[in-house]
Amino acid sequence: MPFTLERRPAPSPVARLAAPLLAVAMTLAGGSVLFAALGHAPLAALHAFLIAPLGDLYGLGELCSKAAPIMLCATGVAIGFRAGVWNIGAEGQLILGAIASGVVALQFGASGSPLVLPAMFLAGALGGMAWAAIPAILKVRFNASEILVTLMLTYVAGLFLSALVYGPLRSPTGFNWPESSAFAAAARLPRLVPGTRLNIGFPIALVVAAAAWFFVARTHLAFRMQVGALAPRAARYAGFSRSRAIWAAMLIGGATAGLAGTIEIAGTIGKLREVVSPGYGYAAIIVAFIGRLHPVGIVLGSLLMALLYLGGENAKVALGIPAAATGIFQGLLLFSLLVSDSLVSWRVRWRSPAPSAREVADRG
Amino acid sequence: MADLAVAILLATLAAGTPLVLAALGELVTERTGVLNLGVEGMMLVGAATGFAAAAETHSMLAAAVAGSLAGAALAALFAFVTLVCRASQVASGLALTILGIGLSALIGAGYTGVALPADIGALPAWLGTVPGLGPVLATIEPFTALSISLAVGVWWFLARTRSGLIVRAVGDAPHSAVAAGYRVGAIRCAAVLFGGAMAGLAGVYLSVIYTPVWVENMTAGRGWIAIALVVFASWSPLRVLAGAYLFGGITILQFHLQGAGLGLPTQVFSMLPYLATIAVLVVVSSAAVRTRLKAPASLGGPLGGER
Repeated sequence: MPFTLERRPAPSPVARLAAPLLAVAMTLAGGSVLFAALGHAPLAALHAFLIAPLGDLYGLGELCSKAAPIMLCATGVAIGFRAGVWNIGAEGQLILGAIASGVVALQFGASGSPLVLPAMFLAGALGGMAWAAIPAILKVRFNASEILVTLMLTYVAGLFLSALVYGPLRSPTGFNWPESSAFAAAARLPRLVPGTRLNIGFPIALVVAAAAWFFVARTHLAFRMQVGALAPRAARYAGFSRSRAIWAAMLIGGATAGLAGTIEIAGTIGKLREVVSPGYGYAAIIVAFIGRLHPVGIVLGSLLMALLYLGGENAKVALGIPAAATGIFQGLLLFSLLVSDSLVSWRVRWRSPAPSAREVADRG
Repeated sequence: MADLAVAILLATLAAGTPLVLAALGELVTERTGVLNLGVEGMMLVGAATGFAAAAETHSMLAAAVAGSLAGAALAALFAFVTLVCRASQVASGLALTILGIGLSALIGAGYTGVALPADIGALPAWLGTVPGLGPVLATIEPFTALSISLAVGVWWFLARTRSGLIVRAVGDAPHSAVAAGYRVGAIRCAAVLFGGAMAGLAGVYLSVIYTPVWVENMTAGRGWIAIALVVFASWSPLRVLAGAYLFGGITILQFHLQGAGLGLPTQVFSMLPYLATIAVLVVVSSAAVRTRLKAPASLGGPLGGER
């Protein structure tokens, strides 16, 4: 290769600030090239994805509604990543949270009890934690890769939800659609802004992100979890339990993802159906990275990711591009960030055809 | 009865074939010390591209070439990010999967509901007249035969050739390999590209021969199961065959159980391959010492080579 990478003596502060901007620019450029190559006008696609969705108040409400579950999942996933625990099954934990709180909502029925929403939140968190406990115990007891186990369990969770809405939870009056009865009004999250679907799920997600900041910055448990990831030997010497760190990371991730499931069905959807998330749990992984595992970054990253989802839906209607094409921007964004991040701690040095005597002497 | 047994056996081989192809590619990649978690994405892009090529040209060869090249192209992106820019392999692999899911949806968008010619997988007539080969290819699918030969070939390459020894050295002792004058970065890059091409080919088999339709997300986790298979096979190509057919058998069993009814929802049976993957991981990982001894020593770590 004509160039090589050298480690910088210290990470470059300029590059650290410029990296996210460079990543966004690379994503836009790469996305345009891909859309053009596949026969879609790149500018029209970018406009449909990134600008058109934000044209009115309703669009802004949708943006925040979509950001909420992503933010919740990303908050939990990021705490796991900080502890070196690769929980990439937030999607499955979200689905279990949705199932658990959906069952609670349907059990309460039309009673209108004020307890139904708190019970749903509790059930959602517990459902997500229960699903996350499986990879935790398999990792702690048998050292099974949490990456593969959480992923496999996501497929199982989707099939479980499908079995429920085709079977016991199917609405008797729903014309045989695979979905449950609609939840009663008492089981729906209150809306915040008239004319939009924005509900209290978004402020709840912000509060959880703030709580996560407090947990990471101010508690000893979070400190021990991070040491376990960054310096395993030091952690062992200090007597920090690795098993406990894995359990804590998985259960926190499960709880936040489960809450995301509750918010999605109690806020936006209002019933259980075969698909309750278009991949928010996977998007959360990207958000955790582009947010640099920091709550403020995660809040901003979630809004960006929500914009891409909204843009995907808009592009489907406006241009006939499949909504799943959102993944192109998501994947490119993470790739671009990884590439531009490497410029923070490495610098490019172009190779001269033959090293001068002085260079050789310097190296020696 | 014997006919049924043969039919089940052939169905098992067919269901295991995409797993053999994808897992072999990942195995070679991992043997050089690189962990590419993007198999699912490369498989999907291979499946979409291969299907599109098959629909446009009606040629199996064109489909196979296009799908493999598409898988290798994604792998090249992964190689650039991890090997040149030295980014985290785990994060890059996840990015590759997410990118692949979206890209395959876009590539395949015009091909949902398109039917392929029924004889697309048929071999040229002269192959059937080759002594020894003809009767075999008349029974098992050409792709299955190809995947078995590739497994044997990869085993032979890694265990019996000088180049294979170098590949293993790069994975087990990258610094020594550099010191011995081997271009670790280039060898790892080649292995990653091979892995991508194999994953793409696995996708082509799924969309053009096995299913044969294009559906978004049609690999349904097979890429991840292939990664688990490599661990299960403790990085041995021949054991990949055994593992893949075990999973193929579970897939077929699931169809037969669904047919038998048993009063359970069909989704419960569809869970079987995923639950089996978890079970296998638990069994293999709890024998941690043995597994770790067989794993390439530098797997997933930062690049020690090319400086």
